[in-house]
Amino acid sequence: MRLLLPWVLNIEGMGEFKVHRVRFFNYVPPGIRCVAYNNQSNRLAVSRTDGTVEIYNLSANYFQEKFFPGHESRSTEALCWAEGQRLFSAGLNGEILEYDLQALDIKYSMDAFGGPIWSMIASPSGSHLLVGCEDGSVKLFQITPDKIQFERNFDRQKSRILSLSWHPCGTHIAAGSIDYISVFDVKSGSAIQKMIVDRQYMGVSKRKCIVWGVAFLSDGTVISVDSAGKVQFWDSASGTLVKSHLIANADVQSIAVADQEDSFVVGTAEGTVFHFQLVSVTSNSTEKQWVRTKPFQHHTHDVRTVAHSPTALISGGTDTHLVIRPLMEKVEVKNYDAALRKITFPHRRLVSCSKKRQLLLFQFAHHLELWRLGSTVATGKNGDILPLSKNADHLLHLKTKGPENIICSSISPCGSWLAYSTASRVFLYRLNYEHDNISLQRISKMPAFLRSALQILFSEDSTKLFVASNQGSLHIIRLLEGSFKHLHTFQPQSGTVEAMCLLAVSPDGNWLAASGNSAGVHVYNVKHLKLHCTVPAYNFPVTALAIAPNTNNLVIAHSDQQVFEYSIPEKQYTEWSRNVQKQGFHHLWLQRDTPITHISFHPKRPTHILLHDAYMFCIIDKSLPLPNDKTVLYNPLPPTNESDVFRRRTAHAFKISKIYKPLLFMDLLDERTLVAVERPLDDIIAQLPPPIKKKKFGT
Amino acid sequence: MVEEESVRVVHCGGSELNFRRAVFSADSKYIFCVSGDFVKVYSTTTEECVHILQGHRDLVTGIQLNPSNYLQLYSCSLDGTIKLWDYLDGILIKTFLVGHKLHALFTVAHAEDSVFVTINKEEPDIFQLVLVKLPKFPSQEIEAKELSFVLDYINQSPKCIAFGREGEYVAAVRDFYLSVYFFKKKTTSRYTLSSSKNKKHAKNSFTCVACHPKEDCIASGHMDGKIRLWRNFDDDKKYTYTCLHWHHDLVMDLAFSVTGASLLSGGRECVLVEWRDAAEKNKEFLPRLGASVEHISVSPAGDLFCTSHSDNKIMVIHRNLDTSAVIQGLVKDRSILTGLMIDPKTKALVLNGKPGHLQFYSLQSDKQLYNLDIVQQEYINDSDLIQIELTKAAFGCFGNWLATVEQREEKETELELQMKLWKYNKKTQGFVLNTKISMPHDDHITALCFCNAERSETPTLVTASKDGHFKVWILTDDSDIYKNAVGWTCDFVGSYHKYQATGCCFSEDGSLLAVSFEEIVTIWDSETWELKCTFCQRAGKIRHLCFGRLTCSKYLLGDTENGILCCWNLLSCALEWSAKLNVRVMEPDPHSENVAAVSWSSGGSDLFVFKPSEPRPLYIQKNITREEVQWGVFVPRDVPDSFTSEAYQWLNRSQFYFLTKSQSLLTFSTKSAEEKLTPTSKQLLAEESLPTTPFYFILGKHRQQEDKKLNEALESELVQLPLTENIPAINELLHTPAHVLPSASFLCSLFVNSLLLSEETRSAEEIPDDVSMEEKESDDSDEENNVTEHVQDTQSAALEEDIVYQLSKSEEKELRKFRKVDYSWIAAL
Repeated sequence: MRLLLPWVLNIEGMGEFKVHRVRFFNYVPPGIRCVAYNNQSNRLAVSRTDGTVEIYNLSANYFQEKFFPGHESRSTEALCWAEGQRLFSAGLNGEILEYDLQALDIKYSMDAFGGPIWSMIASPSGSHLLVGCEDGSVKLFQITPDKIQFERNFDRQKSRILSLSWHPCGTHIAAGSIDYISVFDVKSGSAIQKMIVDRQYMGVSKRKCIVWGVAFLSDGTVISVDSAGKVQFWDSASGTLVKSHLIANADVQSIAVADQEDSFVVGTAEGTVFHFQLVSVTSNSTEKQWVRTKPFQHHTHDVRTVAHSPTALISGGTDTHLVIRPLMEKVEVKNYDAALRKITFPHRRLVSCSKKRQLLLFQFAHHLELWRLGSTVATGKNGDILPLSKNADHLLHLKTKGPENIICSSISPCGSWLAYSTASRVFLYRLNYEHDNISLQRISKMPAFLRSALQILFSEDSTKLFVASNQGSLHIIRLLEGSFKHLHTFQPQSGTVEAMCLLAVSPDGNWLAASGNSAGVHVYNVKHLKLHCTVPAYNFPVTALAIAPNTNNLVIAHSDQQVFEYSIPEKQYTEWSRNVQKQGFHHLWLQRDTPITHISFHPKRPTHILLHDAYMFCIIDKSLPLPNDKTVLYNPLPPTNESDVFRRRTAHAFKISKIYKPLLFMDLLDERTLVAVERPLDDIIAQLPPPIKKKKFGT
Repeated sequence: MVEEESVRVVHCGGSELNFRRAVFSADSKYIFCVSGDFVKVYSTTTEECVHILQGHRDLVTGIQLNPSNYLQLYSCSLDGTIKLWDYLDGILIKTFLVGHKLHALFTVAHAEDSVFVTINKEEPDIFQLVLVKLPKFPSQEIEAKELSFVLDYINQSPKCIAFGREGEYVAAVRDFYLSVYFFKKKTTSRYTLSSSKNKKHAKNSFTCVACHPKEDCIASGHMDGKIRLWRNFDDDKKYTYTCLHWHHDLVMDLAFSVTGASLLSGGRECVLVEWRDAAEKNKEFLPRLGASVEHISVSPAGDLFCTSHSDNKIMVIHRNLDTSAVIQGLVKDRSILTGLMIDPKTKALVLNGKPGHLQFYSLQSDKQLYNLDIVQQEYINDSDLIQIELTKAAFGCFGNWLATVEQREEKETELELQMKLWKYNKKTQGFVLNTKISMPHDDHITALCFCNAERSETPTLVTASKDGHFKVWILTDDSDIYKNAVGWTCDFVGSYHKYQATGCCFSEDGSLLAVSFEEIVTIWDSETWELKCTFCQRAGKIRHLCFGRLTCSKYLLGDTENGILCCWNLLSCALEWSAKLNVRVMEPDPHSENVAAVSWSSGGSDLFVFKPSEPRPLYIQKNITREEVQWGVFVPRDVPDSFTSEAYQWLNRSQFYFLTKSQSLLTFSTKSAEEKLTPTSKQLLAEESLPTTPFYFILGKHRQQEDKKLNEALESELVQLPLTENIPAINELLHTPAHVLPSASFLCSLFVNSLLLSEETRSAEEIPDDVSMEEKESDDSDEENNVTEHVQDTQSAALEEDIVYQLSKSEEKELRKFRKVDYSWIAAL
C-alpha cells in the first residue's frame, strides 16, 4: 500500500497546486470471462468473473454505457445475444438469466436443472437457446417474447459440455466435451458423430483433453480448440480430422469466427491471440486453406474469451484488459476504429470525496473504504515531493451484507453522511466524528420504493439526498439529524423506463441535472420540484455532468469527447459552447480513447473547468482562445524558459497535465490543493495470479 | 618439357565454394557450385570433383540448370557472358554475350529461350532484374542483347530474388520492403515493413526470400531472425503474413522443399531448421553444422538438401536430415596466425582452419584432407565473445610431433596461454595429444621451432616469448606404474638482458640455436646451452631469422623492421653482407640453399630468390601481387621439374606458395593455367573413357572373346555385312547426345541408307581417319585442311538435295554438321 504523497504541480497560467497523489486505492478489476458481440446494435457485452456484466457501445467510442452488478453466487460462464437485442447469461449456479437492458435489471432467472451450465449459445435465427450442462445434457430452450421455455433434451453425453456451436443453417450443432466432440442433429436431437480428440501433448499423453471451444462452419467443418494447445479442423460429415495446428504450449481457451467465415481468432492461456485466415492456395484457383497469420500478444494472462466483430478482434481474460484490435485490412479510414484499444478501468466513478473533511470514499465490489488524507506543512516548487506531517488514515472499512455487489456509493460533502446501494437495497449511514474516533450509525427503515439505486448524490450543503432508481425515477430525500424525510419523486417521462445513471446538483442546491443512456439531460428545479428543461439530445452518451457555481451552467461531456456548456437559467447553450462547436475541438483532443469521468470547478475562478479521463487532467480556461489544429495541444514546454511573447502566443484554453496516470479520480479540495487517485497497472498485475511461465530466450 | 616460358603467378585452388547456392542435377547425382572463374561439378555420393567447367574470364556469379534440358547448365559471370554447358561431358556448348556485368542468374521453366539476370546500372548500388532472350543461332558465340526490364532497385544477392509458382511472379526484397511482380498482370505490388528508429523494428530488414513451389506463398527472412510467410499478396489490402521465429540472429537463407511441405532455414546458429507445414511448433533441427549456414538448396528430385557454410564447405543432407556428404574447400574466413606449413608426412599445406582447428589441405586435389581440433571446445558463434585462438604451430621430427600454441586475451593483463604437443599415431594416422602445458610463458609466445636435425636423439623444442625468455623443451620419459609414456618438460630457460625474445631458429644440423632478442641475435650451443656469440646490427628489431642450408650452412640470415636484410658468417662471426630490403616473408627452401624473400612496398610485393653465400639474387620477380604477402612456404615437388634456364632452377625441386592479405593462395608456375589445371574434359570426351571397372574386365573381355568367335563363325557362313562400328554415320548417330539429334523420322532414311552395302571399297579406308579427326575437332578450333570436306556453313537448301543421292560418306558429313547446327528450324517445320 502506497502512502499519500503530496506533490507540487505547476500548471502554466493556473499557478501552483499541492497535489495529494493517492495510490492506496487498492482496486483490482475482476477478470473477464465472456464477451459477446452484437452485430445489430454494434454493442459488446462483457461478463466478468464476479458476475458483473458490462455493455460497451462500440459506435460510441467504446463507451461502457450500461452495467449489471455482480453477485457472489453467480459466476457467468456463457453470455449471448438472442432475438435481436436480448441478452442472456448462464453460469455455474445452473441458472439462465435474461437482462433488462432498459431498466438495467435482471428480468428473470431460470434453472436449467442440469447442474452448472458451462456453455450457452443462441440459434442462428435467434429463436432458441442451447445450454450445455455439467451432467452432459444439452438442453434446448425456446425464446418466447417475455421468457424462455424449455423445449427438449438432446442425447445425454457422459461428461460436461464445455462448448457449443450451431451450424449456420441451424440443422446441426457441435458440442465440445472432455476428450471428444459430438455432432447432434437438431431435429432428432441425437448424436450423429463423435470425434475423439488426441490427448497427446508434445509427445506426452495428458490425463484429459478438454475441448474449450468449437465452431461449426457452413461447409460442415468443425473447428475445435483444446487444452493440448491444438486448433483442429474436422469434417463433421465423416467425423475425421482434416488438419491440426499446434499453436501453444498451454490451453487454447477460446475461439470466435467472423460472420463471413473467412477468418477466426483463438485465444491461448499464454496470453497470445492468434488470427487464422482463409486464403486461396493460388491466385487463380478456388481452393482455399486456413492459415495461421498474425499472433497478438496484448495479454499477460489467459485469454478466456474472444469475439470477432466485422472490423476487429476482441479479446479478454484474466488480466482484466478488454482488448479491441482492429483488422487493418477491414478499416477504411483512419479514425477511432483504426487504433488498438485496451480498456481496463470502468467508465464510472468509484471514488467520492468529502472536501470539507478531506475524506475519500473508495468503492469496491463488496466493501467501502473511507480514508482521511494526510497533511503537510512544507512548501516547495514544481515537482517537489513534500514530506508528510500526518499520514493518511484508514478510517473505515464497511462490508456489505449479502452476496450482491455495490452499484454506487457516495459520501456527503460535509463528510457526515454515507450512502451506498446494491441491487436490492439502499443503505444510508450517519458518521459522527469525535476527535480521531469515528462512529457509524445506520439509518434504518429506508422507504420501500428505494429498492435499488443507480446513482446517489448529496447536495452541496449535505441536507438533501438524490437517488436515481433503476425504474427511471428520481427521489429527493431531506436529511435531518439522524433521520430523513422523503420530499418528492420525479417520475420518468411518460412512456420511457430508461434508467438515469448520472446526476449533478448545482452548488446552491436549486438545480438537479440527470442523464440516462440515450435521451437528453433533464434539468429539474429542486425548489419548485418540477422539470425545468431538457438539454437537446445528442448522439453520443453522456460520460460526465456538472453544474458550475454562481452561473449555473451545466457542463456535459460526451463519449465522443465533445464538451458542451448549457446555461440552465437561460435554457440554451452558452456563447462559449457555441464558439467551441463552431471552431471544433483539436484533433488530438478528439482522438483520446478514454471518456471524461469527472468534471469540477474552481471556486474562485469561474472561467475554469477542471476535467479528467484515465490518462490526463485538464483545466479549460474559457477566457483564452481555443486551440486550432496547428497548435500544440499538449504543452510539453516547461513554463520558464520561453519568452512571455511566445508563451502568450501559444497559450490556449486547454491546460493538460499527463503526470498522473492511470487516473481514477481527480478533484479540487480547495483553491490550492488537488487530490489525484492513481492506480498503476503494475500494482494490479502484482495482485493477479502469476501467468503461465514461458521461457524467454537469452535468460 | 616446356622451356623458356616466363614464370607467372597463378591462383592455386582454394577458391570459395560457398559464394552462391549450389545446384543439384535433376537426378541428384551431381552438385554444381561456382568456384572463382570455374564451375565445379561434384558427385553427391563420392564427394569427388568430377569436372571443372572453365571458360569464364571473371568470377562466375550464377548457375542454373537449363529448364528445357536437364543435362545442360547455364552459368553467368561478371565477364558479361552466359555459357551453356554439357556438364556430363564437361563441354561448353554455347556462349551468349550479354555485355553487362551479370550478378545473378535465374531460369524459369516456362520461359524456355530466355533467362533472367541481375545487371548493374550506372550507379554502383542500383541493380536491375532483366529478362535476356537467348537467340537460337547455330554459332558458338552469340550476342544476346535483347534485354527486357523486369524489376528495378533490387538487391545484388540472388538470395533476395525468388520466382514463384510456375514463374507467375517474382519476389524481390531489399532493405525494408518486398516487391512482387506479376508477369501476367504486369503489375508490381510493394509491401513495406516499419523501419522506424524505434528499437523493436530496427532489425526488420529483409535478408532473403523464397517462394512456395505450389502455393501463392512467399517466405522472407529478416535481420532479427524472423521468417515471415506472406500470403494473399496479389491484393494490396488483404495481404497477410505469419511469423516464424526461432533464429536469434539474421536468417541467412531459406528454401522450400520440392513439394512445398517444408521450409528450410539457416543462419549463424549453425543449425539447419526444417519447418514442417509452415507451423511454428512443428520443426526439426540439424544442429552442430560447424559454421554458419550461408546458402540452402534443394535437389529437384527432392531427396537431398545442401547447405553451403561460411567455412567454405558444402554439406549434402538427406531428406531425413542426415548428413551424407561433405565437400570441404580451403577454410579462409579467419586470419591466418600460424602461417603456412607443410606436413612432412602427407605433404599437405597446414594452416588455421575453422576456429580453434588446424586444417590439412591437399594442394594437388584442392581439397581439405582433415581438420585437427586443437582447442577442443564447442565453438559458439557470437561476435561479443573473445575466442581462444590458435596462434602458433610447428611440425617436428619429420612430422612425428606437432606443437601448437593457443591463446585467449580477454583484457590486456589477462592472458591465457596453452601449449599442446601432439604425437603422430601411425595406427590412427592422426595426431594424438601428448602433453598440455598451460602458461608455458608469462607473455605472448613469439616463435616456436623444433630441432629437426637427423642426428639429434631427443626431440627438442624451443619457444621464444615476449616475457624475455626462451625455453627449451625436451621429450623425457614420463612412465609410471600404470603405463609407459613420454612427455615434454622444460629443460632450459635462457634470456638476454631482459630483452624480449622475438624469434628463434635451429641450424640445419641442430648444433646451434639462434634466438633474436629485439635488435640482437644470440647464438647458443644446443649441447650445453651456452651463449656462443651475439650479433647486433642496430637496425631495428629482428623480424625473421633463418640459417642457411647445405653448402651455405655457415650463414645466418636476419631481417629487421627498418628494412635491412643481413647475412652473418658464423665462422668469422662477422656480417657477410647486408641489403636494404623491406622483407615481409623469408622462407628457406628445405631442398636447396635457396632462400625466398618477399618484400613489400606501396607499389606491391616483389620476390627475391637468393643464396646466402652471395648477395646477388638468383631470381627477381617484381610486383608478384599488389597486396601485401603475409605468409609463404616452399612445397617440395613430388617429381622434380627440370628447368634448364638458370633463373628458374630454383623451382626445380620445390614450389613456392604464398598467401596474401586478402587470403588468396598463389603460386608460381611456368605452364599456362589451362594446362596446369587441365581437367579431364578432353579425356572424358572420348568414348574410350568408359570406366574400366572390374565388371569390364570380367564381362567385357569375355564378351570380346565371344564376339570374336561369333564373328569368325559368321564370317564363314554369311556374306560380310558392314560392321556397324565402322560406319561413321552410325557412329555419329550413336555418339551424338540424344538431345541434340534431329527427330527420328529425319534420321531414319540416313540410317537405312548407311546400312546399305557400299559399292566402293575405298571409303572403308578413309572412314577411320575421319573419325579420329572428328574427335579432335570437336571444339571447332582446329581447321581441317581438307577443303573438300570442310563444311562452309548452314546452307541447308543445298544440303537437302545431297541427302538423297549421297552415299555414306557424305551422310556422315551431314551428320557431323548436325552437331554444330542449331536445330531450332526443325521445330519450325
